[in-house]
Amino acid sequence: MSTGTIKKVAGPLVIAEGMRDANMFDVVRVSEQHLIGEIIEMHGDLASIQVYEETSGLGPGEPVESTGSPMSVELGPGLIGSIFDGIQRPLDDIMKATGNNLQRGVSIPSLKRADRWTFVPSAKIGDRVIPGDIIGTVQETPVVLHKIMVPQGVSGTLAKIEGGEYTIEEAVAIVALDEGGERELTLMQKWPVRVGRPYREKLSPDVPLVTGQRVIDTLFPIAKGGVAAVPGPFGSGKTVVQHQLAKWSEADIVVYIGCGERGNEMTDVLNEFPELKDPKTGYSLMERTVLIANTSDMPVAAREASIYTGITIAEYFRDMGYSVALMADSTSRWAEALREMSGRLEEMPGEEGYPAYLGSRLAQFYERAGRVVSLGQDGREGALSVIGAVSPPGGDISEPVSQATLRIVKVFWSLDSNLAYSRHFPAINWLTSYSLYADTIGRWFSANVEEDWTDLRNRLMRLLQEEAELDEIVKLVGMDALSAPDRLKLEAARSIREDFLHQDAFHEVDTYTPPQKQGAMMRLVLAYFDEATKALNQGASVESLVKLPVREQIGRFKYTPDEEMEREYNNVLHQLQSEVADLLNRKEEE
Amino acid sequence: MPKEYRTIQEVAGPLMLVRGVENVTYNELGEIELQNGETRRCKVLEIDGGNALVQLFENSAGINLDSSKVRFLGRTMELGVSEDMLSRVFDGLGRPMDGGPDILPEKRLDVNGLPMNPAARNYPQEFIQTGISAIDGLNTLVRGQKLPIFSASGLPHAELAAQIARQAKVRGTDESFAVVFAAMGITFEEANFFIESFKETGAIDRTVLFVNLANDPAVERIATPRMALTAAEYLAFDKGMHVLVILTDITNYADALREISAARKEVPGRRGYPGYMYTDLASLYERAGRQKGKNGSITMIPILTMPEDDKTHPIPDLTGYITEGQIILSRELYRKNVTPPIDVLPSLSRLKDKGIGEGKTRADHANTMNQLFSAYARGKEAKELMVVLGEAALTDIDKLYAKFADEFEREYVSQGYHADRSIEETLDIGWKLLRILPRSELKRIKDEYLDEYYSAD
Repeated sequence: MSTGTIKKVAGPLVIAEGMRDANMFDVVRVSEQHLIGEIIEMHGDLASIQVYEETSGLGPGEPVESTGSPMSVELGPGLIGSIFDGIQRPLDDIMKATGNNLQRGVSIPSLKRADRWTFVPSAKIGDRVIPGDIIGTVQETPVVLHKIMVPQGVSGTLAKIEGGEYTIEEAVAIVALDEGGERELTLMQKWPVRVGRPYREKLSPDVPLVTGQRVIDTLFPIAKGGVAAVPGPFGSGKTVVQHQLAKWSEADIVVYIGCGERGNEMTDVLNEFPELKDPKTGYSLMERTVLIANTSDMPVAAREASIYTGITIAEYFRDMGYSVALMADSTSRWAEALREMSGRLEEMPGEEGYPAYLGSRLAQFYERAGRVVSLGQDGREGALSVIGAVSPPGGDISEPVSQATLRIVKVFWSLDSNLAYSRHFPAINWLTSYSLYADTIGRWFSANVEEDWTDLRNRLMRLLQEEAELDEIVKLVGMDALSAPDRLKLEAARSIREDFLHQDAFHEVDTYTPPQKQGAMMRLVLAYFDEATKALNQGASVESLVKLPVREQIGRFKYTPDEEMEREYNNVLHQLQSEVADLLNRKEEE
Repeated sequence: MPKEYRTIQEVAGPLMLVRGVENVTYNELGEIELQNGETRRCKVLEIDGGNALVQLFENSAGINLDSSKVRFLGRTMELGVSEDMLSRVFDGLGRPMDGGPDILPEKRLDVNGLPMNPAARNYPQEFIQTGISAIDGLNTLVRGQKLPIFSASGLPHAELAAQIARQAKVRGTDESFAVVFAAMGITFEEANFFIESFKETGAIDRTVLFVNLANDPAVERIATPRMALTAAEYLAFDKGMHVLVILTDITNYADALREISAARKEVPGRRGYPGYMYTDLASLYERAGRQKGKNGSITMIPILTMPEDDKTHPIPDLTGYITEGQIILSRELYRKNVTPPIDVLPSLSRLKDKGIGEGKTRADHANTMNQLFSAYARGKEAKELMVVLGEAALTDIDKLYAKFADEFEREYVSQGYHADRSIEETLDIGWKLLRILPRSELKRIKDEYLDEYYSAD
């Protein structure tokens, strides 16, 4: 422990003297108000501290006290369903303590100390345990079985373990350590946020994280353990995409980080998630969600910490063997916080004022994602998928944050303001987006959902590609210059866009489409194209094919509830065939 | 009596360095006393040992390094608030300028406010009827929202903002409301236009004005919106009023911010604006909203002029990332004499979905809104094509879309600054326009609504 005094205050940066004994990245308490800060630079006796709270009213001479330990989060039962600020303080408890506005220097433990949890042991006395081994479980919410793991640096033999009701600080087991001595294990452990939690082995991702969003699952899928970026100008629906993924992706745990974004968006999540039912479990989505909120009016330094807080919590659940999805909205605000601190530290700036280490910091963050074999003797697998939103100024992704992100991520969902203006949502541009998992995951879909998934997908992509080329021609010489088959292609592509890709997040059925239905929908829009092409070759006119009444039914198929899907699918297909047949018959009669 | 210092070392632009100070804290308010007894205000930007870097809120003319005195007041900048502020006019630093008496404050509040706990926010979802179709029908405003107007030089944003202030109401309620108006660096004429318009409707009795005009010191503008928002927070969350805050013009505010940043020789971000401009603007905009357990609300309409009509300029860009949508005015529509010239396609209200529908507006609202948007977008595309290739190149259906787009601008958007349409009128006009298109084109509308409204006359 070391105590010093403030020398300089400039915004969130405080420089303290007399700090020679402190360690880099130690958490410090600043001034009489005990504001929380972190040491980010040492120069001899002087420590530069980024303070996670508003520094108004601080002045030279006030005390600074190091706690001697790095910034850590508390991991244990009570995480799920909570909303924390950037340094894991519980915002609901803070509200009870200090009212609707955030006061400074509030000290409330992250996890509730008084709550009692029922611990069910799964190991027994005499078992040998190593770090990562599961010794028992707590049913934290109806859907989350919280597994209690042996923390780092503890291996030995269980000397005592007993089920029952415990708070997170009481000992549930005692380990006789290999090196001698004993260690009590509690339901809670701590972990420093800037260090990735260890695992035994990393695997390559090959199973899709099904999201129920058609343009994502079909065209640009993300794997469990994969990383994706969603860049887009404002108003292009980044946040809606993030919310949709948080709601519907097939993950056991969702960690949602609102990093420098609007307060009302977090409120929206807080209001809406408890109401929404997880299609898999039937329980509310809040029962699997952890929220981290550093809204844009909250202190900027804590924004820098918020994504580390979030990903450490996500890693903890990954270590239990769960599939975890983490959404960070938006990493640009995190980068700006980094830039602000860098500016105050008077570092030599890189591009656009961002520090030169921006790229490596981003890479370190995203690299904490992945599918892993956890520590412990049972070799369980967990996955952590990370989806980061990027808010490029002016929507121009040539800026440093977007570029540094693109170098790392495997999936890129490019949001397009023109699509958003015509209210095509999700406004993911099918020409500029990509997914490097498309092949491996296409194989999974082919094996598990639809035999010819990859073929269907490729046909969709090809039609969309051709549409873009044909559009160029139409712009130059007009629709009349196109041949009939080309006009049909344009119509088919329009149907892909409007009937398949366009998805209404606010429609009760359309908001989530299971993979089977996605397959059926792909078949339907392509069936129209195939039947129409055939009819065209037999002499039907394009105009009549474009006007087929069945197209309206194809367009409405997405609103068909899942249980009626199969019947309706056959219905529409039958209708299509009979209408085309009618058309040809009439043609012959003429 | 606080200690006085005669140790001003430097004055450069809006910044001043004072040496040898004691017990001075970050963000503390200071006072400079000139030889003639006049006092000016300043605040501490950085304190390093005994050196305090302060930012002036007023101009630096007349400051003398040897004889001017500086006092630090031991508090941050505050505003004394009371309900008597209604119907009064203050300068950019919160001092009465209408010749009336000083306010007897009920309490004094830090103008920087405190961030709102996101867990304590109430989600805005009460529909505000502005009587303007392009807003009510397509970019619906709700109580507690921050919805900026993106304008450009020479466009009638003031008329639109005044119309909103005049007509805005939550239907079926009779709750007390107030308007807080902050002028930052606008001309006397523009400020006067607002004042006259408030007088016309009698709203002036429920209005608090903070006025920093174009010829007032630029740095004062940094404080003006904070003064206004502090007054608004008091009226909304202490007194339970529904407050509409109009901030104009944010562009001038951002320029003042840039001036200070440049004087401090900070590493500039895009176009010379400081890297922390996002955070700074957010500390204003995020003060709008609703709170749990409180009756009142703050709805905010910041107005900004986009330099060179460029939406990607840092000021509109960063604003758009913080606010809950934007209303964009278009020069092209203005030239076509569409009043108000709202370009609905890039305009957006992010909070509309919770504010519309059955029980709030009408059940068919969401569907028709989406259909109008996509039909207008397609109509505009068709019209572009028509310009290049002539009308003959369009398919029959595209011709209908082009016609739709024209009618839409004329009937739906262009309603004039004095028409106050109810939401039902707005929706019915929408249906009338949609009937230009065949029913099979209206894919975004549920059958039941088509049955009910499409064929009806």
